[in-house]
Amino acid sequence: MNTAVARAGQEGPLLTVEGLAISHGAVPITTSLSIVVERGETIAIVGESGSGKSLTARAIAGILPPGINAAGAVTLDGMPLMRLAERELRKIRGFRVSMLMQDPFTMLNPLLRSGDHIDEMLRGRPDFASRAARAAEVKRRLAEVGIVDEDVARRMPFQLSGGMCQRVALAAALARDPELLIADEPSTALDVTTQAEIIRLLRRVQRERHMSLILITHNLRLAFSTCERIYVLYAGSLLEVGDGAAVERQPFHPYTLGLLLSEPPADIRVPRLVAIRGSVPRAADVIDRCGFADRCDWAKQICRASKPPLAARDASRFTACVRQDEIQGELDALRTAALSAAPITLRRDETEGPLVRVDALVKTFVGPRGRAIRAVKDVSLRIMPGESVGLVGESGSGKTTLGRCLVGLETPTAGDIRINGLAAADFGAMAKADRARVRQTIQMIFQDPYSTLNPRHSVGQALSEALGASAGATGPATPERIATLLAEVGLSAAYATRRPASLSGGERQRVAIARALAVKPAILVCDEPVSALDVSVQAQVLNLFKRLQAEHGLSYLFITHDLAVVRQIAERIYVLYLGEIVEEGPTERVIGDPKHPYTRRLIESIPRSANQDAP
Amino acid sequence: MKGSSVVVFVMRRFAVAIPLLLIISFGVFALVHIAPGDPVRSLLGARASDPATLAAIRERYHLNDPLLVQYFKWLSQVVQGDLGVSIQGNRAVTSTIADRLPVTVFLSLMSTVLVLGVGIALGAVAAFRRGTRLDRAVVMFGVVGISSPAFVTGIFLLYVFGSLLHWFPIFGPGTGFLDRAWHLTLPALALAISVMAIVVKITRAAMIEELDRDYVTFARARGLSSRRIAFAYVLRNALIPVVTAAGLIVVGIVAGAIYVEVTFSLPGLGALTVDAVQKRDIPTIQGTTLLFSVFVVLVNLAIDVIYTLIDPRIRFGRVES
Ligand SMILES: Nc1ncnc2c1ncn2[C@@H]1O[C@H](COP(=O)(O)OP(=O)(O)OP(=O)(O)O)[C@@H](O)[C@H]1O
Ligand code: SF4
Ligand SMILES: [Mg+2]
Repeated sequence: MNTAVARAGQEGPLLTVEGLAISHGAVPITTSLSIVVERGETIAIVGESGSGKSLTARAIAGILPPGINAAGAVTLDGMPLMRLAERELRKIRGFRVSMLMQDPFTMLNPLLRSGDHIDEMLRGRPDFASRAARAAEVKRRLAEVGIVDEDVARRMPFQLSGGMCQRVALAAALARDPELLIADEPSTALDVTTQAEIIRLLRRVQRERHMSLILITHNLRLAFSTCERIYVLYAGSLLEVGDGAAVERQPFHPYTLGLLLSEPPADIRVPRLVAIRGSVPRAADVIDRCGFADRCDWAKQICRASKPPLAARDASRFTACVRQDEIQGELDALRTAALSAAPITLRRDETEGPLVRVDALVKTFVGPRGRAIRAVKDVSLRIMPGESVGLVGESGSGKTTLGRCLVGLETPTAGDIRINGLAAADFGAMAKADRARVRQTIQMIFQDPYSTLNPRHSVGQALSEALGASAGATGPATPERIATLLAEVGLSAAYATRRPASLSGGERQRVAIARALAVKPAILVCDEPVSALDVSVQAQVLNLFKRLQAEHGLSYLFITHDLAVVRQIAERIYVLYLGEIVEEGPTERVIGDPKHPYTRRLIESIPRSANQDAP
Repeated sequence: MKGSSVVVFVMRRFAVAIPLLLIISFGVFALVHIAPGDPVRSLLGARASDPATLAAIRERYHLNDPLLVQYFKWLSQVVQGDLGVSIQGNRAVTSTIADRLPVTVFLSLMSTVLVLGVGIALGAVAAFRRGTRLDRAVVMFGVVGISSPAFVTGIFLLYVFGSLLHWFPIFGPGTGFLDRAWHLTLPALALAISVMAIVVKITRAAMIEELDRDYVTFARARGLSSRRIAFAYVLRNALIPVVTAAGLIVVGIVAGAIYVEVTFSLPGLGALTVDAVQKRDIPTIQGTTLLFSVFVVLVNLAIDVIYTLIDPRIRFGRVES
């Protein structure tokens, strides 16, 4: 690009953020962040949900929501952005700084054709005065983001897929050739394969334009594989800053290490994930101490005395851990241990009959105008007692429908389901006693536990109801039995009095699991059970699933789009693509040596960093 | 695809509107029979009558036929523009209505322009200046407006601007466009205020919601001009709920016109209806009621069509799931 030449000659970093403190009234959301972005550089801001990533991005662009204020300084090429009037800022946004929002489906104006989002950015430029010139430019811009189908420009946003929306939005954000693009979780809401495409696209565009990029993500692996420098944000404070490869090789902060360890590795199955206990605090609650202290194994008095500042420890490495030099040895040891963890393989004797048998299952829905939508086409699968099976596929591949058929929430159009030998394809046609036996055998866990828990019932009420419903329930559910059930999922008895609204996502999912366990099922169908959870909490819940399997010989059907998750939990996987099983086999075999092109695409979409690629 | 699907949509709405209109017309027709006493008496009112007149009326209204036959005969007359003869003055109901219609149409149009124009503008300004004193003033106005019925506002306006300040006439509909507009300003305002408050409220709420949308933030992040954002993004999206409510709003205005015409002694349809009710003038009541009902059905039809034109998600045959 011609602009790149002009930019290369300038001095100093493109963007400096100093002491950026965001607050909601008197409640702090971030404490004094400092960020530097060089010209043409890609940095990542990594953090779990609620850590303040999106608000930091919006503060840099100067578009905070009403009621949220920011103090500090944001300097773009010598210009103090936070002191400019809105009118001045408007000349900078789009032309010098642009931003992509988190959710592709809500980013485009529902009443504008997708091409108009780019067209409107070009108006007012003399060389694009005519409609035809703009149309040609829109076409060129869409081609840059990989859209060659000219019809897309004429379509309305709701007629586009998420990935398409994200591409159109990217083209619109880039239409005035900004020098800095802030991309807020540009791929989180998309399918895995689409995610990988969008990230590749962003990197390509960034390189071609020699543009600076701030990538905001909660995915450490993605950050390492994409970005030169990493800023780790936790509860509104930066805990570690440094060169991506160096941070990955040797994290200096216990939280970064914890995150690295709790990301389930995609290439090996570890006996147990190293989970960080507890959950993310609010920034306001940890304003005068190390924000990670309550979850840190090395916390001491000094950590709570005051907030440890981000301090330089190495050339271009910063950490906010006061005890870093004392504990670095232990951190390194943990990291090495995790990298060299021996993979485990499970053995099973296959003498018993299958617990679940699905034969030639078909489920057809009636779509708009009476069109038939074939969600599941001719699927057969087996699950043995005590076996944990993964069902992998993207949204729309029919995996949720299949799961719902198994637990009787959906009646298949054709085909046979046998659970423990009982025909369970049509719950309505079953004898009452059989239905009760099937319900006792198979239970379901959903992605969003909140929607399945009655908000007005306490946890104890929900569990005692489930205990009462279990066949052969002798007498009422006693507090002891509820406490035992809670203990199973690692919650104290005190949780019985809590209501779902006051629980974190991980705690809610535990309660949902406890409720499913009340009837002592033989198999749980888990539909994306951890995808709504933060990485550190996700590891806790995955460990819980593993423990329950070991202790009770539970079987699982794990429905997920996340190969790394399925790698940790499933012994065998089925890959579902457009309603059909395209590949099946032991997890090691399928991930290590995928046969079907779609499986290969899925596996390639997992971000890999330099360290993992090395043998 | 786009053009034809709109046509299909309009045809479909029409198909639904026709049975509705038939049901309404049957209700209106039945008025004669529901009214207490002999239908002939209802049609004659209090006038003294000799047997010959009674027989003529029976003949004219086919009162000797079975009910459904009566209805269809009545309907075919209505379709040909014959609504019968009013009791007072013995004039054709259609010509009485034709006399009164212009005042009501003028009043309602003026009021609708005020309600939508001023209402949407006020709502928009309040939303853009959310939390300021201006916003609070608009919200206050809304609360007062919603809770004061048109005839109360009317009397208040009459007293202040008519009797005290003498800015506006307090009587009569005026002649000629400007004179009429001047005469009808106070009534139109009285009629507009309570309905306008609703429009302000809906617009303000919708705009505030739109201002918070991701696509508005994204538009700002791309440096679009504030005018472009205000109109193409915020207002256009916010108008969808306003248009949805516009059917109710227009119907509310026309219904409110009845009170206002009486309060300001305007010779419009509303006053005519009230008068007819007092005099038990069934043919006139039938005529005005039928007119109002047809109007309501047509307005709703029009709103549905406008709605599809504004919101492409419906035009393209998909409602957001
Ligand atoms: N408009 C708002 N008003 C008040 N508080 C807000 C607002 N937006 C965000 N917050 C709070 O600020 C904190 C940081 O929010 P932010 O959206 O920046 O998190 P995030 O890191 O982007 O999370 P996610 O990964 O879920 O997108 C959260 O505690 C959130 O509740
Ligand atoms: S400062 Fe203390 S509590 Fe915080 S991370 Fe370091 S050792 Fe842990
Ligand atoms: Mg965010």
